[in-house]
Amino acid sequence: MSSNAITVPVGQTEARPWVDQLHQWLATVDHKRMGILYIVSALLFLAVGGVEALIIRIQLMHSHNNFVSPEVFNQMFTMHGTTMIFFVAMPVLFGFANYLVPLMIGARDMAFPRLNAFSFWLSFLGALLLYFSFFGGSGLYGAGSAPDVGWWSYAPLGARAFAPGHSSDYWTLALLVSGFGSIGTAINIIATILCLRCPGMKLNRMPLLVWMNLVMAGMVLLAITPLSAAQIMLLIDRYLGGHFFDTQAGGSAVLWMHFFWIFGHPEVYVLIIPCFAFMSEIIPVFSRKPIFGYPVMVAATVCIAFVSMSVWAHHMFTIGMNSYANSFFTLTTMAVGIPTGIKIFNWIGTMWGGRIQFKTPMLFSIAFLFQFLIAGLTGIMMAASPFDWQLSLSYFVVAHFHYVIVGGILFALFAAFYYWYPKMTGRMLSESLGKWHFWLFLIGFHLTFDVMHVPGILGMPRRIYTYEPSRGWDTLNFIISVGAFIQALAILVFVANLIVSYFKGDKAGNDPWDAWTLEWSISSPPAPYNFAMVPTVASRRPLWDEKHPEDPDSRYE
Amino acid sequence: MLPRRTKPSLCSGWQIVFLLFWSASALWAVAPAAAPGHGTNVFSPASTPAKSIKDLSVFVLVITGIIFLVVFVLLVYSVVKFRGREADAGREPPQVYGSTQIELAWTIIPTLIVVVLFLATARVIHAIQDAPEPAGAMEVTVIGHQYWWEFRYPKLGIVTANELHIPVSDRDHPTPTFLQLLSADTDHSFWVPELAGKTDLIPNHPNRMWLDPQSTGVFVGQCAQYCGIQHAKMLLRVSVDRPEEFAAWIQAQQKPAVEDAAAIAGRRVFERNACMNCHAVGGTSADGRFGPDLTHLMSRATIAAGAAQNTPDNLRLWIQNPSAIKPGSLMPAMHLSDADLDAVVSYMETLH
Repeated sequence: MSSNAITVPVGQTEARPWVDQLHQWLATVDHKRMGILYIVSALLFLAVGGVEALIIRIQLMHSHNNFVSPEVFNQMFTMHGTTMIFFVAMPVLFGFANYLVPLMIGARDMAFPRLNAFSFWLSFLGALLLYFSFFGGSGLYGAGSAPDVGWWSYAPLGARAFAPGHSSDYWTLALLVSGFGSIGTAINIIATILCLRCPGMKLNRMPLLVWMNLVMAGMVLLAITPLSAAQIMLLIDRYLGGHFFDTQAGGSAVLWMHFFWIFGHPEVYVLIIPCFAFMSEIIPVFSRKPIFGYPVMVAATVCIAFVSMSVWAHHMFTIGMNSYANSFFTLTTMAVGIPTGIKIFNWIGTMWGGRIQFKTPMLFSIAFLFQFLIAGLTGIMMAASPFDWQLSLSYFVVAHFHYVIVGGILFALFAAFYYWYPKMTGRMLSESLGKWHFWLFLIGFHLTFDVMHVPGILGMPRRIYTYEPSRGWDTLNFIISVGAFIQALAILVFVANLIVSYFKGDKAGNDPWDAWTLEWSISSPPAPYNFAMVPTVASRRPLWDEKHPEDPDSRYE
Repeated sequence: MLPRRTKPSLCSGWQIVFLLFWSASALWAVAPAAAPGHGTNVFSPASTPAKSIKDLSVFVLVITGIIFLVVFVLLVYSVVKFRGREADAGREPPQVYGSTQIELAWTIIPTLIVVVLFLATARVIHAIQDAPEPAGAMEVTVIGHQYWWEFRYPKLGIVTANELHIPVSDRDHPTPTFLQLLSADTDHSFWVPELAGKTDLIPNHPNRMWLDPQSTGVFVGQCAQYCGIQHAKMLLRVSVDRPEEFAAWIQAQQKPAVEDAAAIAGRRVFERNACMNCHAVGGTSADGRFGPDLTHLMSRATIAAGAAQNTPDNLRLWIQNPSAIKPGSLMPAMHLSDADLDAVVSYMETLH
């Protein structure tokens, strides 16, 4: 790559009236602004979903607590799960994909900018629709308003006989609408990666983040479509006299489970693969080494995608499948552990022999490795289906998937925030606030979710609004709740850091981390259309080649 | 560049975290419930399915524990050993791109581990799920209702609720109990952790499970599959009886309701109001099936699916205002006068 290919374009700096700026944000089709919109909306709903989690934890602090009614509690866990998966985790990851993929492949925008905006607004309006249920719906028992059927809405609980009124319709429509948004974004990411790579950016030179987002987008297409189909079938059941899932008229509750989990399990990988992507960019930079085993990392990702399409029924080990089906899904589920293990080893291999810098993004990344390891191992425990007959539907499962989603996905996201915030805003996040955030969150997380495995082993089912004092779960639940508040405190530190650093943070410059991928070759934040001249690359680490002309990667690949 | 300051705190942090997690899980894995009576600890099994699950679990825990230790040590070692030092500032370490041999090793070893784990698991799946039903087995049909359990003994002509009685299955009298699991409305799940893993009760999808408890006493559990507003108070008690106790229990349950002339006023109230539309009392005109069978209500230790002890005061409160004990319960408040309420409670108390 010649040096003049990455000249810094001049950013727009003149102040505009706020109405004008608002209009620009609402009408934008720029991939960077879309990315930030996704991220900001996700942070908003993270706060909402977090408050719902705190309400759940206050209620469970001790046995026979009356902080909220059972109706409200059931609404809280339904809304918490739905919000966190569909309106926090997916949008925030789509946001990062939107922001980073074009920059990393040397493109000026996504392939379909207007589809991009359309998809975002669909997802966002889906979220608003879900929350409109608080005003517009009437609940399962005519008592409340928000949906309270659980985030799986298992049949026949979602049928009209058991969920009269409209609250679960808001759930159905919200997921349907935002699902179309997700499909649009997935198509966009795939098209962008396949068609808009800059000269020299062969598939085997793409940064791993781009590779993994390609795989993630492919999985979204395969996972969201059955969910959308099931939602349409549910609507037909509820309003057009269909009987797909309506067991009172001969429908099948198990059919819904299959539809839901054939979406639900790949969904886990839709969320975690982009986090693998963050790790695969951040760990090398802070270890000062290239990723260990790039081809194997790509192969393992594709392998996870394929195998994870055949594991969904491990969510259904308790529904009475026969022993062959249970054995099959035990095998496939354990098999996913192999490529996942390869990834963990390759990240450690990347750190091995490096010079690790413990900046905040790296702290979160190391914590990710540790926690994702445990989450994977508890996953192996539950893949052994007889063990799962005990652990499934208990607090052990809740602890396990929060280990994946909080200990894995959220920690990786925090790493990504600290790593790319300078690129997005031009300012560094404060390292000292970052360390406070990290340690507080780490302590809160482990207090909550390490301990949470234990009530599950002691027989506490999930989704219960209260429990008997004689069961002996009081102390454990109290500790879990205390941890939740420490996490909330850490989130406040994080938000403070985001806001304060935006105005007062150190100037970032183009390349604060001495990194190697294309987004660091241009100004922070990048100007509209990113690259004044489309760059040309000769290896996986174009900026390494430029910084080390005596020893470029291109010589070895 | 602040490796020197960060490193020690980082390590001790990891050690605390590690100790916390592993000691917690190890502690609960090894130590059975210390409390008197039977708890809900999956690691203190009292029946063959729960025991084989526990043995498999310990095996899986040991294997995953070893994997954890190995990877954890590697991780901590690389974090500590390869931390950046001031002296290295500005210099890059050797750039290593990968190693086919090493990557092959960490593909093949996990694959072998998976094969071993799978075979061990498949054996237990087969042993539990495909166990044939012996001739002398007890058969019970369990029907999940929104927030209570119905138990039917088809061969014995018994219908009861919420408190399952089964015979102990010791070496001298091996009497396993086979449960047929049905649902009257939404999904439920039968979970008594010390007796067996859970199995769901799904409408239009009959399931089966079995237990052979080897010690007597009351085992507790509860519905594990979210079934609606009062999922939390759909508790479950399994009384494992000695053979002679069980025979006596059967005999008592097979009788129609006791006719007590003193309680005739309460019986009138019961039959005049909507009570009898949902509840059955054997030998009377009350034959409702929507709620629990009350023929031998007084033989049960709890009411409202375990939500309250079966005492006269609780019974009165429950009949007067079910929401006070179990908000969202499908039993309506009948708005009886105090006199009627007293009468119906006295009637209930005769139903031994």
